[in-house]
Amino acid sequence: MKPTPLIELEKLRVEFGGSAGRRVRAVRDVDLTIYEGETLGLVGESGCGKSTLGRATVRVTEPTGGRIRYRGADITTMRGTLFRSTRADLQMVFQDPFGSLNPRRKIADIVAEPLLRARGFSASAAREVVDDLLDQVGLGREAGGRRPHEFSGGQRQRIGIARALAPSPRFVVADEPVSALDVSIQAQVINLLSDLIRDRGLTMLFISHDLGVVKHIADRIAVMYLGEIIEIAARDDFFAGPAHPYGEALLSSVPTLSFSPSRERIELSGELPDPADPPPGCTFHTRCRYVVDKCRTEAPLLRTVADGRQVRCHLPLIPLKGSE
Amino acid sequence: MTETLLEIRGLTVEFDVPAGRLPAVAGVDLSLRRGEILALVGESGSGKSALSMSLVGLNRGPHAHIGGEVLFGGHDLVAAGEKELRSVRGKDIAVVFQDALAALNPTQRVGDQVAEMIRTHRKIPKKQARERAAGLLGEVGIGNPAQAARAYPHQLSGGMRQRVMIAIGLANDPAVLIADEPTTALDVTIQSQVLRLLKRLQADHGTAIVLITHDLGVVAEVADRVAVMYAGRIVESGTRDEVLFHPQHPYTMGLLNSVPRVDGPAVARLPAIAGSPLTGVARPPGCAFAPRCAFAHAACGDAIPPLMQRYGGSAHLDRCVLDRSRDALEVTA
Ligand SMILES: Nc1ncnc2c1ncn2[C@@H]1O[C@H](COP(=O)(O)OP(=O)(O)OP(=O)(O)O)[C@@H](O)[C@H]1O
Ligand SMILES: Nc1ncnc2c1ncn2[C@@H]1O[C@H](COP(=O)(O)OP(=O)(O)OP(=O)(O)O)[C@@H](O)[C@H]1O
Ligand code: SF4
Ligand SMILES: [Mg+2]
Ligand SMILES: [Mg+2]
Repeated sequence: MKPTPLIELEKLRVEFGGSAGRRVRAVRDVDLTIYEGETLGLVGESGCGKSTLGRATVRVTEPTGGRIRYRGADITTMRGTLFRSTRADLQMVFQDPFGSLNPRRKIADIVAEPLLRARGFSASAAREVVDDLLDQVGLGREAGGRRPHEFSGGQRQRIGIARALAPSPRFVVADEPVSALDVSIQAQVINLLSDLIRDRGLTMLFISHDLGVVKHIADRIAVMYLGEIIEIAARDDFFAGPAHPYGEALLSSVPTLSFSPSRERIELSGELPDPADPPPGCTFHTRCRYVVDKCRTEAPLLRTVADGRQVRCHLPLIPLKGSE
Repeated sequence: MTETLLEIRGLTVEFDVPAGRLPAVAGVDLSLRRGEILALVGESGSGKSALSMSLVGLNRGPHAHIGGEVLFGGHDLVAAGEKELRSVRGKDIAVVFQDALAALNPTQRVGDQVAEMIRTHRKIPKKQARERAAGLLGEVGIGNPAQAARAYPHQLSGGMRQRVMIAIGLANDPAVLIADEPTTALDVTIQSQVLRLLKRLQADHGTAIVLITHDLGVVAEVADRVAVMYAGRIVESGTRDEVLFHPQHPYTMGLLNSVPRVDGPAVARLPAIAGSPLTGVARPPGCAFAPRCAFAHAACGDAIPPLMQRYGGSAHLDRCVLDRSRDALEVTA
């Protein structure tokens, strides 16, 4: 069966006006397709634009260029009631569990809001859904009567997850949704998400720095660096060996729970690039251990190196398919 | 190198909530030695942040009740007045908050916030403080620190804000650094850079570090000692090797079992500890973990097990009644 695209991004761009006339191009013309029912894991350096890409995909942040298609329909500039009902299908779990919850409202009201506003639930029907969700994320329904500041980091994160799942969305951008949870509750939440993916066909863009978590939940992996996608691969292919030198360094740096850490760790040295002024050529060349002259002047394109596998590098770590 | 810098005795933190008083920290004893990295791990909501904030009185308020003692340099910080705490905070004991966005002032450039922390405790010219601030931002791995110093918090990514918080924590070379989830928003390559920085501080300045984290891989990498919290109490403590590789308490074992490993095959379902954590104000009379424990038996519900040595080294302690009867038999035999 051929996978059906659910979300298609076409040359998506997000720019911010920074201080002193600097323009940060946080997302640089990204082309990306997310298929129905899949979980795409998005990883990459802190500050490379993952959150911005996720937010722009569901238009929490408005893109400055490019197109977003949801089930074939262009939603880039969709407005009004049509967008309101679409919006309920597209939810976001925010990275910052502290800033994203209204401090004056009770937890039950925060979680119920999308149900009342976009799905037209009655207050009592919404209450039932909310209670169940609070139980499922391990907070307990009693939590509904308390306010955000009374909760720990991991507890607030679960409030954010419950709020995003409440309107039964089809697509969720989960931005570091489990980073503040202990590994046992993290496992419970991931299992809950896996159930929803299986039972409701939920599609997810899962942003995380924890490659262990990504390995267990994602079907495909996309790696970002300085606003661009630099590698896309099926999960097992990526973990068997990244094709991009940055992906390689990333995977080698994961701290593992082993008595005597023995793996070779690739330390990234060299100048950290400034997002407002990316280096010419390959944007990773300032820190790459395989760099050759060509990398400093010529920007590599995102090329297909194997089935379902693309990489933006002149010297990918797995052999190129055919001659090209 | 065994000089004790910070001694916590019987620390309790309780919050008034609609249902009554929530025992967030229910009696913690802990000592921190010069130049050691102590990892504080445990359940989400078990009181790690409440514990660390109460050390320097950051969660005092009409709805918070803090008891016990925190001894630092001969003074009890729980009993200390606000003026004394202010001179300790940020200078002798620095806290890097879990909540980076809320802790930063949204209307002030981040470089100025770092510089201001330097100038609170040291009278140096503004310009010099600014330069040192940019230097610190570079040390925590921010590219183009001079530019980043001019940004406002909302213009930075989650991980960049977290590193600004670390820079503020390091601003005055504190004797004790309490870092609450300092690397959760960082990718692993920058994380390893920050961890190396912490290691360097420990080695070069003898800084004692309390590292609160959920990442047990990070703990394995940098910690000297580990304390595991569950429902407001320490349920196991010992050296890194003891706690991570010879765990004794069933909660610690369950936790270690749940780690999503990057080395090894992907699994369809991650092992999790069954049941839910204690979230309400009511606490069972016995072991708080008993309702979820695979080994629980009748005696577990009687009284809260004391933190004591069972099988391991003399400083490897845990709170569990299991097999104590067997040990007793062995001793008398
Ligand atoms: N509102 C804003 N104004 C100006 N710049 C911004 C804004 N939001 C983000 N940026 C910049 O855009 C870039 C990408 O930020 P983003 O938050 O998307 O990164 P990220 O990959 O999610 O990082 P992290 O892993 O640390 O969360 C950063 O350089 C950041 O400073
Ligand atoms: N200001 C407050 N008012 C009421 N309850 C609070 C307050 N702050 C914390 N709590 C409660 O105290 C308990 C301990 O919270 P704390 O933030 O210390 O947990 P934590 O161990 O840091 O968890 P996490 O790993 O999720 O950050 C939690 O049950 C929380 O709901
Ligand atoms: S293109 Fe060159 S510099 Fe860029 S990642 Fe590949 S080898 Fe390294
Ligand atoms: Mg982010
Ligand atoms: Mg906390």
